[in-house]
Amino acid sequence: MVTNKPNEARIVITGVGLTAPNGNNLAEFRKSLLAGKSGIQKFNIRYMGEVLAGICHFDPLKYQKKKELRRGTRAGSIAIYCAQEAITDTKLDLAFLDKSRIGVYLGITEHGTVETENEIYEIKQFDYDVKYWSHHHNPRVVANNPAGEVTLNLGITGPHYTLGAACASGNIGLIQGLQMLLLNEVDLALSGGVSESTGSFGIFAGFKSEGALASHENPEKACRPFDKDRNGVVVSEGGCIFVLERLSDALKRGAKIYGEIVGYAINSDATDFIFPDKERQIECMKLALNKAGISPEDIDIINTHGTGTTEGDPVECQAIREVFGEYPHAHINNTKSFIGHAMGAAGALELAGNLPSFEDYIVHPTINLDHLDPECHLNNLVINEPKKIDKVDYIFNNSFGMLGLNSVVIVKRFEE
Amino acid sequence: MTKEQIKATILEIIAQIIPDEDLSNLKSDIPLREQVELDSMDFLDIIMELRKRYGIEVPENDYMQLATLDGSVAYLEPRMKKP
Repeated sequence: MVTNKPNEARIVITGVGLTAPNGNNLAEFRKSLLAGKSGIQKFNIRYMGEVLAGICHFDPLKYQKKKELRRGTRAGSIAIYCAQEAITDTKLDLAFLDKSRIGVYLGITEHGTVETENEIYEIKQFDYDVKYWSHHHNPRVVANNPAGEVTLNLGITGPHYTLGAACASGNIGLIQGLQMLLLNEVDLALSGGVSESTGSFGIFAGFKSEGALASHENPEKACRPFDKDRNGVVVSEGGCIFVLERLSDALKRGAKIYGEIVGYAINSDATDFIFPDKERQIECMKLALNKAGISPEDIDIINTHGTGTTEGDPVECQAIREVFGEYPHAHINNTKSFIGHAMGAAGALELAGNLPSFEDYIVHPTINLDHLDPECHLNNLVINEPKKIDKVDYIFNNSFGMLGLNSVVIVKRFEE
Repeated sequence: MTKEQIKATILEIIAQIIPDEDLSNLKSDIPLREQVELDSMDFLDIIMELRKRYGIEVPENDYMQLATLDGSVAYLEPRMKKP
C-alpha cells in the first residue's frame, strides 16, 4: 500500500539500542532468538531465595562512571546503555545535534520499588531509624528517573519523562515518541522502555502470591507461553530504546531505516485489575489496523504479548483468532518464551527482536512449546524452530498490561 | 584512633563515594572540593557514612570544618574517641 502522507508526517525507526537477557545489541539478540537461546537463569533475591529470572549482562561502565552507577538506579543504567547504543547505531554525532530538540520517552512498568526496598532493608540494620534513610532516595525513585538519567548522561536538554503503562509500556513509550515528532515538539525521539524489576523481591513475591510465578527445574524451560504446562511469568530486566525521526529528516541524512511505524492503538478494558478482556483486545487490534489503513490480511508477523500465565494466554489467542481468523496468512510468535517478561521493556524488546525479519524473512519461533494448549491454537504459530517466509511487509506487536491496558504497534517495511 | 588512622578512614570513605577519582595526591590542607569532583550529595554521603560507621552526628553548621582532610581529622578526632 502506497501512503499519501507527506514525509514530515511519517515516523521511522533509525536506531536501536537494547539489552536483553540473551543479547546486548540487536545482532546478538536476534542471533539468540534464531538459535533458540534462552536468557533465563537461577537468581537469588532477598527474602525469596532462589528464583528464576532474566538478567542482562551488559557492561554498565561502557557509558557510565562508577560514581554515576553508585548514585543512579539500575533502570537508569539500562536506559543509558540502550540510549547510547541507539544513538551510536544511527551514526549521528550528538555534538552536532540541537540537544534541546531531542526527547526521551521511556515506558516503565513500575519504578522506585527496588530503591525503596533497598532503603528499608538498609534502615532495618539501624532498627528502622529514618536518619539513616538515604538522601539519594528521592532522585532515585521519582518516576522520571530512568529517562532523566539518560538526559544527564547525554546532555540532552529536550523533554524527558517516563510513561507508566504496566506491561504495555514498551509500546507506549514508542507511541509517545511518535506523537511528539508529529506534533513537532522534538526532532529526534529516544523511545522505548526499561525495566529493573528483577531487583525487587516484591515483584516476584507478588506474582507468587497470585499463583502466577513460573517455576521449572530447568530455568530455560520456565517461560512457556501457550504450552499446556505453563505455570506463570518469569520476571526479567531489560531495555530497548529506538531512535525515531520524521522520514523527511531521515532521508535528508541518508539514514538506515529499520521500518516505519504506520499504526498504533491504546485502549482500556475497564473490567478487572489483572484479568484481560478479549473484546477490548480485539478492539485495540482492529483500531491499530484501521489507523494504519490496512486489513488483517496485510499482516505478516504477529508478535504476541503472551506471558505464560494460565489465564492470560488463551484470551489473547481468542482475540487474535477473531481478528485474524479469516486471514490465516500471518505468522505468529512470542519473544517472552526466550527472555521472560521484561516488563516495561517487553513491548519494545519484542518489536526489536522481530525487526530483522524485514531483511532476513525469518520468523523467530516461540520456544518451550512442547504440548500446545488447544485453547491457544493459532494458525501459523511458529513453534520451536524459526521459519522462513516469502513476504514480510508488516509486523504487528501486541503488548498488554495490568489494570486492563492494551496496546498495538504496527511497523511496515520501509519504502519511499 | 590515631590521626593517621582517622585520615586513612576518611580517605577510604571518599574513595568509596567517588571511585573514579585519583586520591593519591590529595593535599591535606586544601579543600577537597578544589581537588576532586565532590558535590553536595557526595558530601552528604560522607556525613552518612560517619553516622553509620561511628554514630557521629555532624550538624550542618559544622560542615565547613570538614572541608579539608586536616580539618576533618581535627574535627573527628575527639568525636571518634570511644566513651
